[in-house]
Amino acid sequence: MSEIKMTVNGKPVGGDVADNMLLVEFIRETLRLTGTHVGCDTSQCGACVVHVDGKAVKSCTMLAAAADGAEVTTIEGVANGDLHPMQKAFNDNHGLQCGFCTPGMIMSGIDMVNRYKAEGKTLDEAAIRHELEGNICRCTGYHNIVKSISQAAGEM
Amino acid sequence: MHSTNYHAATTAAEAASLLSSAEDGALLAGGQTLLPTMKARLAAPSDLIDISRAEELRGISVTDGTAIIGAMTTHAEVAGHAELRSAFPALCDLAGRIGDPAVRHRGTIGGSLANNDPAACYPAAVLGTGATISTNKRDIAADDYFEGMFATALDAGEVITSITFPIPDAANYQKFAQPASRFALVGVFVAKSADRVRVAVTGASEEGVFRWTNAETSLSSDFTADAIGGLSVSSQGMISDLHGDGSYRANLVQVLTARAVAAAS
Ligand SMILES: Cc1cc2nc3c(=O)[nH]c(=O)nc-3n(C[C@H](O)[C@H](O)[C@H](O)COP(=O)(O)OP(=O)(O)OC[C@H]3O[C@@H](n4cnc5c(N)ncnc54)[C@H](O)[C@@H]3O)c2cc1C
Ligand code: FES
Ligand code: FES
Repeated sequence: MSEIKMTVNGKPVGGDVADNMLLVEFIRETLRLTGTHVGCDTSQCGACVVHVDGKAVKSCTMLAAAADGAEVTTIEGVANGDLHPMQKAFNDNHGLQCGFCTPGMIMSGIDMVNRYKAEGKTLDEAAIRHELEGNICRCTGYHNIVKSISQAAGEM
Repeated sequence: MHSTNYHAATTAAEAASLLSSAEDGALLAGGQTLLPTMKARLAAPSDLIDISRAEELRGISVTDGTAIIGAMTTHAEVAGHAELRSAFPALCDLAGRIGDPAVRHRGTIGGSLANNDPAACYPAAVLGTGATISTNKRDIAADDYFEGMFATALDAGEVITSITFPIPDAANYQKFAQPASRFALVGVFVAKSADRVRVAVTGASEEGVFRWTNAETSLSSDFTADAIGGLSVSSQGMISDLHGDGSYRANLVQVLTARAVAAAS
């Protein structure tokens, strides 16, 4: 067991966790924040993406103990009263069908827009598609996801 | 995942001592290979020694002619380092195409080299430039380091601390991505310096990363794609799987080498 403390969506949380507990298990099972999904458990689909210290990571491929002291943001933490521009853009552009991949898509989308803005680079369609390499969607065929991220990039 | 005991180390020395006192311990760097392997129950270390908080193992320094990269430096940090990009763009481009953004935020150069996956990207850059791998015990030349699929010269308990790359005059990495995993189906790293050209190939051989010495000889006297137009690689010993058979991979080695030479900068 390890004793951990972290901030999740702005709130301090913590406790004793098993040393083999994944961050996604801590988020879903201990904190009951079930917006973060587990799609593959083999580190490939991106449904579990959250932000750790401001960077997108696959929470199924990080130990909870390794996130001790970190600031974590999950899909539940991005709206601030109103929907986040990325959430609104997915809504406007029909960027989801079943919605299973959507939390990961939104967290990856916000991360890529933030990074491109910080580096002063343009996030064009080709860049969005390349950046989405680690997020798999079985429904949409991606076109509307790309459109959604593109719209949000203009608004964020 | 089987149960394990988690420890956080803040220096390489502390990591080495925790490793030596563990029954069957493993270092945990970015976890982008080790954790999936543990989840699949293909590995079950008794203890995990997390080195992600070891600041001394992190960072990039570019001096006259060499780039030194700490073992815990992530793929994203290498891809995004402005000074390194202006001195050695081929290495930044290689790092920027490993996996996906989330993998690049966690995965590290040290973890990639310790693992030595036969389809990994960094081994091609390390062997292709003739870099040096430094550990808590010694310096190992790239030519002595890679010992076949998932095998390296590292001893049990040895910790990679940094990698020193001689910066080539021109270099390029061409990766032909395997369509499902996006690892290299074949990847070729070409590096030209004043006195020699080196060509390292990943993804292709059952022996892991290797140097294509015939191409090196031809390119050393004439650094053009045409110089290797007549050369070919034997399909003997090449990996054959549903994504490509041995002769397909052997052909890709030649094609990608020519492209890397043409694109080298
Ligand atoms: C979806 C996905 C796609 C990927 N695509 C690619 C790709 O296209 N190309 C590519 O090259 N790789 C790819 N990878 C692998 C990725 O680059 C890994 O990050 C890397 O191989 C391992 O680095 P790590 O820091 O995550 O190491 P870990 O997983 O933490 O460790 C790997 C091994 O190295 C050992 N180790 C770690 N650090 C050290 C050290 N300093 N000294 C000694 N031993 C050490 C560990 O004990 C373990 O055995 C991909 C991974 C995923 C999940
Ligand atoms: S559940 Fe984490 S990548 Fe699929
Ligand atoms: S909307 Fe169903 S998986 Fe993407």
